[in-house]
Amino acid sequence: MSIKFTRRNFIRTASVTAALPAGALLTSAHAMTSVQGTAQPHVVVIGGGFGGATCAKYLRRYDSNIRVTLIEPKKTYTTCPGSNWYLAGLTDFDSITHSYQALKDKHGINVVHEWVSGIDPAGKTVKLKNGETLQYDRLVVSPGIDFRWDTIEGYGPEDVDKVPHAWQAGPQTKLLYDQLRAMPNGGTYIICPPPNPFRCPPGPYERVSMVADYFKKHKPKSKIIILDAKDKFSKMPLFMQGWQDLYGDMIEWIGASDGGRIKSVDVASKTVTTAEGETFKADVLNVIPAQKAGKLAFDAGLTNESGWCPVHQNTFESTIHKGVYVIGDSSIAGKMPKSGHSANSQGKICAAAIAVDLNGWDMPRPKLANTCYSLVANDYGISVVAVYQFDGKVMNKVKGAGGVTPKGAAPSQYLAEATYARGWYKSITHDTWLG
Amino acid sequence: MKQPVNKTLWLSSAFALLLPASAMADINMFARTTGDTCFACHGPNGKGVPGGSIPPIAGKDAGYLAQTMKDFRSGKRPSTIMQRHAKGYTDAEIETIAQYLSQIK
Ligand SMILES: Cc1cc2nc3c(=O)[nH]c(=O)nc-3n(C[C@H](O)[C@H](O)[C@H](O)COP(=O)(O)OP(=O)(O)OC[C@H]3O[C@@H](n4cnc5c(N)ncnc54)[C@H](O)[C@@H]3O)c2cc1C
Ligand code: HEC
Repeated sequence: MSIKFTRRNFIRTASVTAALPAGALLTSAHAMTSVQGTAQPHVVVIGGGFGGATCAKYLRRYDSNIRVTLIEPKKTYTTCPGSNWYLAGLTDFDSITHSYQALKDKHGINVVHEWVSGIDPAGKTVKLKNGETLQYDRLVVSPGIDFRWDTIEGYGPEDVDKVPHAWQAGPQTKLLYDQLRAMPNGGTYIICPPPNPFRCPPGPYERVSMVADYFKKHKPKSKIIILDAKDKFSKMPLFMQGWQDLYGDMIEWIGASDGGRIKSVDVASKTVTTAEGETFKADVLNVIPAQKAGKLAFDAGLTNESGWCPVHQNTFESTIHKGVYVIGDSSIAGKMPKSGHSANSQGKICAAAIAVDLNGWDMPRPKLANTCYSLVANDYGISVVAVYQFDGKVMNKVKGAGGVTPKGAAPSQYLAEATYARGWYKSITHDTWLG
Repeated sequence: MKQPVNKTLWLSSAFALLLPASAMADINMFARTTGDTCFACHGPNGKGVPGGSIPPIAGKDAGYLAQTMKDFRSGKRPSTIMQRHAKGYTDAEIETIAQYLSQIK
């Protein structure tokens, strides 16, 4: 496969352009007047998740003269959002798995299914695992997360086939699903949520809710124990209320100060030992280790001592390497949580920043949003919202906006939010990959 | 709060796909980039998604869109989530975003 700008590739790109409405033909005139850079700048986007796929698409939207190559090893992308719903049996695996076809066909993005093995910011090149090298004018990196494998004794990457984290959706999600299905009624599911900061702050607690929903229907004698590395968590009062109302004493949460912090795992016996030396034995054990930026970000020298990537938070350009942008979970994005919605918003802002930079326009200071919906049960949804804006230093929260679903609201509110949670999923997956 | 609205026109050719040239003069970059973040929930181009539960917002009357946002913000129009979003925007921002969204074909 050739991914350099060969004649064959050019013809393919050209034919995509021809398929667009007449307006798109302005592109070539625009290219002539473009002051900076080459006639057709090339932006390479690494990672076809929420951040990268959105950015690739919006780069083409903001300046269709930009040639975009999206590099993602997986042929289909299974979303983490919705993966907890799948664990409950509320949706199937296919419904949370999406293809890159629309990005190729509808948006004229060159999607290359390969791993990136290295980045050379000085030479402006990206090296692929298959040995090929790509030249770029601007680079966007959205590699998601990696785990800090040195934080829990006895639990390493070789153990995930027995004790899943299921914090990167795909085979891990299926494995946890199968283990829950195989578990006897009366068994114990133990989940160990990570310390902050981590991908999707309400995610572990939505997972608990969804496993409880499944147990309530199919294995009502079973127990759920949460051994938490934290003393509080996202939407905690709302989750606690929902758990009490819907699942009674099925769920036990043990915070860090109450002995919930885990120290080691014995994978063979699915036993966890806490910092205080207490042991807990599970039938299904789900350990979610502490996190850091995706491996590629480390290899490319884009991280700082925190293990995440510092960026200018108005454009998401790296503060370490010029011309390289980091978005999504790997980036340090001020007050924005590590979520698919945040990554989607950041992908758009980053695309705008690159179009602005390449064309000599002025960078606006847009407002971004994040919403994390969670299902507590099939017909019971809750949410947390914030609006963000760059304040000259960091991506800060806009005062007076945002907040969580009211506690003690009428069931109709929770029902409506469950419906909108699914609506959010449909919309954001179309905005990112399908539409 | 200071208005961050940027008056620079954004004459990106890509946008010609969506708007007739005459409409572009009133649209500023703030409205376009901020308005585009609404699509995460309201679907690509704000047009909703088949079978989705969140209503489309694109191509609706600018006055209606702006008034609806203000009514969400004040609570006059009840909502599950839009009040928490609408509280993040000033009148001027709402109006310019509404204008942008109204012109999406
Ligand atoms: C259980 C769970 C539930 C969640 N629910 C929600 C939710 O309801 N709402 C929400 O907003 N967020 C949710 N999230 C969070 C969301 O999944 C992440 O925040 C989001 O995926 C981050 O996007 P990203 O682009 O940074 O990374 P990702 O989506 O992980 O994408 C990274 C991509 O980069 C690719 N990649 C990595 N390294 C390389 C390389 N070297 N070469 C090429 N490609 C590479 C990977 O294959 C991957 O596809 C949830 C997460 C979990 C775990
Ligand atoms: C988190 C998802 C989400 C985001 C982000 C979001 N909306 Fe909404 N919007 C909704 C939902 C859900 C409704 C239905 C009302 C409710 O319950 O809040 C709605 C309703 C609306 C309506 C009423 C439509 C009608 O004609 O009845 C308008 C207008 C609107 N939103 C505008 C916006 C604008 C403008 C933005 C971006 C600044 C935005 N929304 C961002 C979820 C969202």
